[in-house]
Amino acid sequence: MDLALKPEHKAFADEVRAFARANLSPATKAKTFSGKHYDKDDHIQWQKALGQQGWLAYTWPKKYGGPGWDVTQRFLFENVLAEEGAPRIIPFGPKMVGPVIYTFGTDEQKERFLPGIRSSEVSWCQGYSEPGAGSDLASLRTRAVRVEDALGDHYIVNGQKTWTSFAHWGDWIFCLVRTNPDAKAQEGISFLLIDMRTPGVTVRPIIMLDGAHHVNDVFLDNVKVPVANRIGKEGEGWTCAKFLLANERLGIAEVPASKRGVRSLRDIARAEPQGGATLADDPAFTAQIADLDLQVQALEMSELRALSTMALGGAPGPEVSTLKIRGSEIQQRIAELTMEAVGEYAAPYQPGMLFQDTNETPVGPDHAPPAAPRYFNFRKTSIYGGSNEIQKNIVSKMVLGL
Amino acid sequence: MDLSLSDEQKQLQDAAERFVRDKYTFENRRKIAATEKGWLAENWTQMAELGWLGMAFSEEDGGYGGGPIETMIVMEQFGKGLVLEPFLPTVVLGGGMIAKAGSKAQKEALLPPMIEGKKQFAFAWLERQSRYNLADVSLKATKEGSGWSLAGHKGVVYNAVSADNIIVLARTSGGAREEKGLTLFVVDGKAKGITRRDYPTQDALRASELTFDKVSVGADAVLGKVDDAFGVVEDAVDHAIVALCAEATGCMDAINAATLEYIKTRKQFGVPIGKFQVLQHRMVDCFTNAQEARSMTLMASLKIDDKDPVVRRKAASGAKVQIGKSGKFCGQSAVQMHGGMGVTDELSVSHYFKRLTMIDLMFGNQQHHLTRYSNLAMAA
Repeated sequence: MDLALKPEHKAFADEVRAFARANLSPATKAKTFSGKHYDKDDHIQWQKALGQQGWLAYTWPKKYGGPGWDVTQRFLFENVLAEEGAPRIIPFGPKMVGPVIYTFGTDEQKERFLPGIRSSEVSWCQGYSEPGAGSDLASLRTRAVRVEDALGDHYIVNGQKTWTSFAHWGDWIFCLVRTNPDAKAQEGISFLLIDMRTPGVTVRPIIMLDGAHHVNDVFLDNVKVPVANRIGKEGEGWTCAKFLLANERLGIAEVPASKRGVRSLRDIARAEPQGGATLADDPAFTAQIADLDLQVQALEMSELRALSTMALGGAPGPEVSTLKIRGSEIQQRIAELTMEAVGEYAAPYQPGMLFQDTNETPVGPDHAPPAAPRYFNFRKTSIYGGSNEIQKNIVSKMVLGL
Repeated sequence: MDLSLSDEQKQLQDAAERFVRDKYTFENRRKIAATEKGWLAENWTQMAELGWLGMAFSEEDGGYGGGPIETMIVMEQFGKGLVLEPFLPTVVLGGGMIAKAGSKAQKEALLPPMIEGKKQFAFAWLERQSRYNLADVSLKATKEGSGWSLAGHKGVVYNAVSADNIIVLARTSGGAREEKGLTLFVVDGKAKGITRRDYPTQDALRASELTFDKVSVGADAVLGKVDDAFGVVEDAVDHAIVALCAEATGCMDAINAATLEYIKTRKQFGVPIGKFQVLQHRMVDCFTNAQEARSMTLMASLKIDDKDPVVRRKAASGAKVQIGKSGKFCGQSAVQMHGGMGVTDELSVSHYFKRLTMIDLMFGNQQHHLTRYSNLAMAA
């Protein structure tokens, strides 16, 4: 057992850092550190650069075009990119549907879909939640009826998906649909890939409490989907769904971003005036940062232990739910403490500073505009990807046997 | 001891409840928030007609002889509707300071029109470096002939955009953060030399950054005694804090009611989610938090006019700590129990959550007032 990095890993980290510095646009990087929202180009330009380097699908095995990195390399890759201010890789293609396709798909499907995911030529989004199926995902009602006619073998899909992140940027959506309404809840579900340009697909924005538009409703109205776009057998979509959710929970802890958040919080404390000195001179405040710092360390070490188990061939177990719970709580606490550091100057609402390119100077310090909106927006982290209540149910049942 | 409302106070409560029900449906509020000023003249006139703008002032000042309990009653209902009219900066802060420190002439010129709904105020105290220290003031007022000249910057001044008069806290002597050497000035909102940068706040109010570039005022603009404003300001802010606590109590009642209704009707796994014990217990904690908030607000409202200044300060800080804690718990829990719907702009829940969050940050957050209370209690 050893925490220290081997020389080849240090060299690897240097390589990743050099790549980020050469390829990440300064404007995108500046958005990361100022808390501004990225636009589609920020993401896609960066992801295409990663794709060309063969690093976008960085968790994939070599066999499917991934770099085949070990756990330490993945860890370093994520951390260095976060330190350098890179946007988070939008996970729906490379982290979610990609692994589902190479694990459960046919050779034909792998050939058809994996290259576009690896290169970021094709953007994906996730059609899981529905208005009536949130925590109780298996109760989903989007219906797919199989029809064979002169045009071939396909499904006619009707229903509504919701909370669909980046559907307004998506080329394709992977959907859980009900193919057999008579089977038990989890047994009649299939996993379909749907081209967003198909007639009958409509996207409607949902505006969040901070004024941001990331998520959407997606309406599916008599959408014709070739049967060849189904991953796995009909009625076995739940297996894909569960596999994907376990992967989702692993990355959702956002440890590198939280490490960056703690560093940024200390910088803000040093910049925030208080009583002729700064907040950094206030032990009651800095102790709260220290507390967070330690929580992040515990989370990081727990995540590394989980990854290390996986490296030895184990699958991520239900205990990864605890990483999601703690990861979301920590992200929320960082946002909360950052807002408290800004004090009354968190009150001005400055959407121009969050969503647009502008030369205007902000009201208050530069770090003020995103502080409160981020705190508001980050309440979502304990709700999405399976609410923390659901994660606790999983741990109590699957890990503790209660 | 009697903690029940008098018949008159009950009538006031009924009237305020009715006002909020009629004027502040969620959709109406959205429309009001989107107007240029962010509040409605007809609502303000109605508040004047109902006597609310004068209820906490003495009959001598043209008011109706009420006090903090009346303010509490109305503010609580305002919290339920997330009312946007500038009652706090105009009546509680502006009117409060004028009544406490104003000369006969100032009172006569300012209070009756305020009570009639014809004058509004803003209170400019905060500066970029102040954080929550009311004495951390560097905007300077220097003697200029028989009057004064004001120069400097003020930030997050609520209602400056609509205020006929801005009450400005300035340094007339003494060093940085000294309590001695502060003076209040009543300045015309449109005075030459004032530059405003207006913006909406997270909770749909209006505030401004103000730059004072040699703003000349007469000697009669001084409110109270020169160099001696700190006590007046501290007391006015403590009154404002108690009023905010009452507003927060109303917010918590509303957000808890919305959440309770939601978990009774939202079904997952074949049952209303309110059947799950983990949510039941959280809902009970919300209810308990709102109870504690109401209790501390009542305590503070009863003590805020006490003769002993330490009693007053402890009451305000004590209640603000509770409101910070309870507001955060109820707000975060309501969003969580609403799931994805809770983080959208679509439902009222997120709007109450934002207001509760901003109330914590106004005039000192939970941590600030815990320290202030602790220092006061240890000194006793």
